[in-house]
Amino acid sequence: MAAAQRRLSLSASLPRLRIVGGRLVDPASKTDRPMDLWIDDGSLVAITPPGERLAGFSPDQEIDAKGLVICPGLIDLCARLREPGFEYKATLESEMRAAIAGGVTRLVCPPDTDPPLDEPGLVEMLKHRARNLIQAHVHPLGALTVGLKGEQITEMAELSEAGCVGFSQGPIPIVNTQIFFRALQYASTFEYPVWFYPMDPWIGRSGVAHAGPVSGRLGLPGIPVANETIALQTVFELMRATGAQVHVCRLSSAAGVDLVRQAKREGLAITADVAIHHLHLIDVDLADFDSNYRVLPPFRSQRDRDALRAGVLDGTIDVICSDHAPVDDDAKQLPFGEAEPGVTALELLLPLTLKWAQESKLPLIEAIRRLTVNPAAVLGRDAGHLSVGGQADICIFDPEDHWTVSASQLFSQGSNTPYLGLELQGRVQSVLVDGRCVFERSNGGFSASSR
Amino acid sequence: MPRSIQINESGELVHLLTTEGIPKALMLRILDRAKAFLDPKNPKEVVNAPLLDGKSVFNLFFENSTRTRTTFEIAAKRLSADVVNLNVQASSTAKGESLLDTIDNLAAMKADMFVVRHGQSGAPTLIAKHINKVAPHIRVMNAGDGRHAHPTQALLDAFTIRHFKGDFQHLRVAIVGDILHSRVARSNIHALTTLGVPEIRAIGPWTLLPSGLKELGLQVYTDLSEGLRDVDVILTLRLQNERMRGAMLPSTQEYFKNYGLTADRLSVAKPDAIVMHPGPMNRGVEIDSAVADGSQSVILSQVTFGIAVRMAVMSMLAEARH
Repeated sequence: MAAAQRRLSLSASLPRLRIVGGRLVDPASKTDRPMDLWIDDGSLVAITPPGERLAGFSPDQEIDAKGLVICPGLIDLCARLREPGFEYKATLESEMRAAIAGGVTRLVCPPDTDPPLDEPGLVEMLKHRARNLIQAHVHPLGALTVGLKGEQITEMAELSEAGCVGFSQGPIPIVNTQIFFRALQYASTFEYPVWFYPMDPWIGRSGVAHAGPVSGRLGLPGIPVANETIALQTVFELMRATGAQVHVCRLSSAAGVDLVRQAKREGLAITADVAIHHLHLIDVDLADFDSNYRVLPPFRSQRDRDALRAGVLDGTIDVICSDHAPVDDDAKQLPFGEAEPGVTALELLLPLTLKWAQESKLPLIEAIRRLTVNPAAVLGRDAGHLSVGGQADICIFDPEDHWTVSASQLFSQGSNTPYLGLELQGRVQSVLVDGRCVFERSNGGFSASSR
Repeated sequence: MPRSIQINESGELVHLLTTEGIPKALMLRILDRAKAFLDPKNPKEVVNAPLLDGKSVFNLFFENSTRTRTTFEIAAKRLSADVVNLNVQASSTAKGESLLDTIDNLAAMKADMFVVRHGQSGAPTLIAKHINKVAPHIRVMNAGDGRHAHPTQALLDAFTIRHFKGDFQHLRVAIVGDILHSRVARSNIHALTTLGVPEIRAIGPWTLLPSGLKELGLQVYTDLSEGLRDVDVILTLRLQNERMRGAMLPSTQEYFKNYGLTADRLSVAKPDAIVMHPGPMNRGVEIDSAVADGSQSVILSQVTFGIAVRMAVMSMLAEARH
């Protein structure tokens, strides 16, 4: 009740906005041309050719988008906000800001928090805290088993009511296949999607890098491709038996892409994603043991990277996500094998996707599709597009802006990225959530009301 | 990448982290320098040379190894350095101090050189990168890191081979045993390849062979007698206790039966082939006593040469400008 009132009072004060002079790129409507956008009372009321007037509409605020791209707010299928439990690595506040500064207006957070998201109260608390920040929309994934221990399934219906959009073990596989089978059966009873990280619990369990010539040379314990392919074969077999709906998280290998391609052809109800870093980096990059390259699943060979790129192009992989994981220095500045896996990535998702699109000669609109409409479809939500009468979650970015990645430039509390010190192209300028402008880089970042 | 960390713009060695990427000429210079530390009349004796007088060498052993530590200590003392031994695993890290905190503290104690042994691959590289930022006058020597590298062992092995065989150009070298977990094997492969050994063989069961050996230019054998045929040099690797039974190997007896170096097996190698081992040996596991103590064994010479090689590296590191 209190939340509803609060929303009401906020929307009453929402300004009327016009975004002028920009290039609208909206994959859902196949639009890529200059257009002005009109926003009133939190929603998009008109999209007009540049310079046209709208009768009876006098904007309170204008956003000058000359030379900029206007697209739907990005949707990220995996961002760790580190709450509850890991506030020393990052806080909800810092990572929600990182999301917005990266153009992400809607994100999914995995359940591997401490405690894991296995009780409705935890999910409600997270959603409540996130809502109060008036920034990105947050969709938690519930734990598939209690404590992610792989022993007892969670109260999935309760968790769904609390706001979970699906169920997952994060990167902690269920060891007992019988329990995994039951969990999929139960989830499919209520048509809850299961978000599955394809990782075998045994093969390569102590590994820290892709098993291949590079890890062999560096003396780093390897994670073979079979770690991914065995898990995929298992889940496909269990899907055939249960009819469960599965989203495959973080493909890393050529063989994995092939298996997903075959399974889709067969008609299994699967979607899949890849982390943006895996479209760029390979095992050769580990050469001097920089722990910022320690990720899970590991960066694999160039051949694997090329197959992942091809998989995104041909639609085998539906979505590119950030797989954002801020890690504190104490856990990262360690010998490679002892360092905690993960990269901070929310603010690099867009520029690195643009870089991939440029290298793949892919039109901008097709790149944006993998960050908007496609993840919205995985979530089963009416989002990720810009249409009249619809929600006004909008990302405005400068596709030409060159900037150098540095800890001080990032809003994320983590500075664990292999791109530190490197120059990237493309940067978010303004972001709107529910028709409210929450971020303007040129105006000093976040608006007061969103703090 | 490690090359740029361990070699400065003038081509001098500023740290010794791995043999990978060290140019042949520099490697030969190390071996020549080591030779100068042997008594010309009696190559079993190492001479003294006060080249590190007034310098402090810190032995930082995050993983215990009395023998290796002692060889570095003797080398440093022969060069007149002050030596400080720190068994780090037992002190600071147990109290929760981070690795780089420990390094910062020791750097503040006027150290000139760190000799680092660590259980994790890449730990000395991490330390050297940090040192280059905070205290670039300090030199880092890798005394063994995880499965990655043990460069002074490889250099002393190369020295031994050169001593007994003259050069590297026409040799066939076999490395036998647990190559998967062996930093000694990895460092030897890089060093011997750089020095021009045309044929290196890896011999062991598939459970103990890492991926990527062929990419490194090696020939892989699973049959010991086949792999030893006509070789000039045999490097036998130590089998760690924890690998002796489990999923990698069923038992020491079965290992010895298939991969133990016996006089009989040795007979297929060239008649003047030399047998080496980095020590400490497991007699009756990877090597038979008759071979270890036999006329083709050069294992004790390796120990002496190890002192001279470590003196050579230490003195060259001390000379380099940062």
